[in-house]
Amino acid sequence: MKGTFEDIAAFAARIRRHALHMTHNAQQSHIASCLSMADLLAVLYCRTLRVDPQRPDWKGRDRFVLSKGHGAAILYAALAERGFFPVEWLEHYCADGSPLTDQVNHAGVPGVEVSTGSLGHGLSIGCGVALAGRTAAEPYRCYVLLSDGECDEGSVWEAALFAPHHRLGNLTVIVDYNKLQSFGTVAEVLDLEPFEDKWRAFGWKVAEVDGHNPDLIQAALERTEVDRPLALIAHTVKGKGVSFMENDLLWHYRPPDAGELAAALQEIGDL
Amino acid sequence: MRNAFLETLLEIAEGDTRVWLLCGDLGYSVLEPFRERFPDRFINVGVAEQNMMGIASGLALDGNVVFCYSIANFSTLRCLEQIRNDVCGHDCDVKIVSVGGGVAYGSLGYSHHALEDMALMRALPGMVVAAPGDLMEVRAATRVLAEHSGPCYLRLGKAGEPALHGSVPTVEVGKALPMREGDDVILLSTGGMLENALQAADFLDRSGISTGVVSVPFVKPLDAAYVAAAVQRAKLLCTIEEHGPFGGLGDAVSSCVARMPGARARLLTLNLAEGSTMDMAGGQDWFRMRGGLDASGIAAAVADALGKALARFPDAAQS
Repeated sequence: MKGTFEDIAAFAARIRRHALHMTHNAQQSHIASCLSMADLLAVLYCRTLRVDPQRPDWKGRDRFVLSKGHGAAILYAALAERGFFPVEWLEHYCADGSPLTDQVNHAGVPGVEVSTGSLGHGLSIGCGVALAGRTAAEPYRCYVLLSDGECDEGSVWEAALFAPHHRLGNLTVIVDYNKLQSFGTVAEVLDLEPFEDKWRAFGWKVAEVDGHNPDLIQAALERTEVDRPLALIAHTVKGKGVSFMENDLLWHYRPPDAGELAAALQEIGDL
Repeated sequence: MRNAFLETLLEIAEGDTRVWLLCGDLGYSVLEPFRERFPDRFINVGVAEQNMMGIASGLALDGNVVFCYSIANFSTLRCLEQIRNDVCGHDCDVKIVSVGGGVAYGSLGYSHHALEDMALMRALPGMVVAAPGDLMEVRAATRVLAEHSGPCYLRLGKAGEPALHGSVPTVEVGKALPMREGDDVILLSTGGMLENALQAADFLDRSGISTGVVSVPFVKPLDAAYVAAAVQRAKLLCTIEEHGPFGGLGDAVSSCVARMPGARARLLTLNLAEGSTMDMAGGQDWFRMRGGLDASGIAAAVADALGKALARFPDAAQS
């Protein structure tokens, strides 16, 4: 597998293509949610996370929790590309009896730490994972990826209070801040601004980044501190990479038909 | 009960470094000994039960055994989805410990009553539901649940409950504890109703009604084998619980009995009627009496169901 992960842009393109195929084949929603975090996942799985696909339960591994469980398709794609399970599994996404559910499922899927889907759960779990690691003097980090709409949930802010209070320096939150939630823009539905200030006020080390620039993402993820958790606010575009899906609420729901799939794949290219 | 729980947990934690205790900013004058002896394994997460269950799951995913302590409605209703998805969804070794099951916090009002907790916890996959009947059963159940792999719910009363067993009984997940034999009626009691059940049995026996009593410390899994034998032996089974009418011991026994073939005993289910503790203050004993769960109320209901009269009125027998 060596060499496969050298080119982050190619990895990101491959997982975008998988997600398009998967949502088309299964006629499932959330393709735009997948595309907005493709570059974040590419950096995590190509550079940042210390994981071993041959030993998915290795005790020293970094833990990744996809709290926005509706982005499962592209997480499965990243895990398959990273070698946790065969790429062919992706063909069975959402098929009857398949473990690859539309929202993240851990059981029977190597590399997935926890099942998610109902929003506002992942950060609390991440706090517990980070606390366990620190108490046991294990060197791993825990990364939790949230959606912006998810930050409407009060439980996110319960956890946001907890992590700095307990100095969980081994915890990183990434918010896929694509500004578009289920039924409108974030600004219209329940404005999060000033968003960075909120995390800062809760006691987090905060970094802002263009969530589609791999070098900047990678650098930002390294700005950790020993006794303070890191919140990375990643400014992203919902549907990123497919022009007709970008910033259009329709693609939170609509699966691509055959013609749209072909057009989208054309735009992503075949790196 | 809460002190018996904590004393036992201290003993367990002494020998098992995987054991943590989390609380939702409750436990004053109860939990301090754990905090002092195991400061690295105690966290008051604040008034944030959803977060508590998520954190507990995260800790458990790394191999820890995590007890979560709060008042029964907060530790179940407020964070039900976290228990369902995070704790049960990952088969986590999380033990939810509730104080104030039923109307132990009577005068605080309905917000602090727990009358649906057993129903909700029973419905969750893999969840063991325990409601010990006295201090001795609390000690035994705490140990058994700590050793049991997977999610558990431990429903406690509050304080001042008696010891009804002479010593700590041997308990097993899913096994009932027969307390006394009798063939006309068998009273199946869960949680802190055991004392009243035993008193009611005295009244009934004096009235010529042969009364058995069994403590049911595990509402899930239910001791179906015991129930199967009891329905063949007695004329009447009577479940007694400080819980609402839906989804608790009465429903568990009803659905178990309904599926059994052949002739069987009739079933009487005693509980607190739907909504009956809303909008008023009252002590635990008063709410129990009003709901017919005091000893005389239980005895009267049983005698009525059997078409017999009580020979001596219970109040006189109490002296």
